Amino acid sequence: MPWTREEMAKHASREFQDGFYVNLGIGIPTLVANYIPDGVDVTLQSENGMLGMGPFPTEDEVDADLINAGKQTITELRRTSYFSSADSFAMIRGGHIDLSILGAMEVSEEGDLANWMIPGKMVKGMGGAMDLVAGVKRVVVIMDHNAKSGAAKLLKNCVLPLTGVKVVDRIITDLGVFDIDDSGMRLTELAPDVTVEEVKQRTEAAFKVADDLIKN
Amino acid sequence: MDKVYKNAADALEGLTFDGMTIMAGGFGLCGIPENLITALRDSGAKDLTVISNNAGVDDFGLGFLLQTRQIKKMISSYVGENKTFETQYLSGELDLEFNPQGTLAERIRAGGAGIPGFYTKTGVGTLIAEGKEEKEFGGESYIMETGLVADLSLIKAWKGDTEGNLMFRKTARNFNPMMATAGTVTVVEVEELVKVGELDPDCIHTPGIYIQRIIKAKHEKRIEQRTIRQRGED
Repeated sequence: MPWTREEMAKHASREFQDGFYVNLGIGIPTLVANYIPDGVDVTLQSENGMLGMGPFPTEDEVDADLINAGKQTITELRRTSYFSSADSFAMIRGGHIDLSILGAMEVSEEGDLANWMIPGKMVKGMGGAMDLVAGVKRVVVIMDHNAKSGAAKLLKNCVLPLTGVKVVDRIITDLGVFDIDDSGMRLTELAPDVTVEEVKQRTEAAFKVADDLIKN
Repeated sequence: MDKVYKNAADALEGLTFDGMTIMAGGFGLCGIPENLITALRDSGAKDLTVISNNAGVDDFGLGFLLQTRQIKKMISSYVGENKTFETQYLSGELDLEFNPQGTLAERIRAGGAGIPGFYTKTGVGTLIAEGKEEKEFGGESYIMETGLVADLSLIKAWKGDTEGNLMFRKTARNFNPMMATAGTVTVVEVEELVKVGELDPDCIHTPGIYIQRIIKAKHEKRIEQRTIRQRGED
């Protein structure tokens, strides 16, 4: 059984370490905040200018001046600080954020990421994604293993315009977990009942299978 | 010199012209100069280049200026919330320059600080790097980006005094402080206008030197994504 969105998010929450400053992208990455382990203290950054992001507000706490990077209303915590977009990206570009978890359209076997544009079709913009992957210490992608059409998303080379070159450290899909370093891409974990054969069939990128592959 | 004007139209008097470059503060609809944008639309100035992180939504914020086709070009990082934008862009009516959000923020900060260019690793190896100077520092590649300035900056603050000293509130700060510094003329709309001396000088985010005109205005503060939790839920 491939992992559900929630299971992928829960899996990604293992990335959190005590004291980490983390930026979460829109979509499944946002769900990861629901699974911060007990005893692990994590501060969430929102690139529009906030450190210490709290949960969604109750009806009477809604404040139009307080939103996250996905334009959703949120709340502040006792530790919260606010700053300008220039300060926010100084924090990101300057390597002060420990971890970024974000979605992807394509990832190459060398860790190139494409997640901002489909030429002639989707013109939304990259927002802060290019700055995040260039500056944050560790970049983890959560995505469906294949596109809705069934096409592979883990490719030899990305076809879509890139967000960053050699920037992805780990990919969590519904089928398993892959790590990327200078020696290439390695499958380290499989979702329940998923086989290495199935993953190979549904992946274009070349990858090695870790000696200590974890079968869930 | 009196910086206080009676309303948005009055504050833009004599400042707008066709083909000008304008910066507009805000992130999404949060912290946008909503009254000044409406006044800019009513001024009729056209062929505008607008520098703003987003393009508003169809019927609010900069969306107004797209409806009236007063914008010729946008410099933004994300325009996904605006259908009018997409239609005009795909039909070739509207020119668009995408900047990574941090690069856009830094270009504006640099422009206001008299820095004509800087190097960043954001966008190296992507479409953003095309045509830009590339240079190595410590074995890593960086691209050169240029500072941005504007003929007019329109910004929104929470509190301001009559000298133009400003304080912003929560995430409504976003691009406003940098844009205040990068306009030849900067006009601000505030929710509360107080006398000089009423703001704590240690808590001023933007000093009055950057502000030429100020108005007190009412704000609709529209919310794009109202997300709530039930009381008792985490």
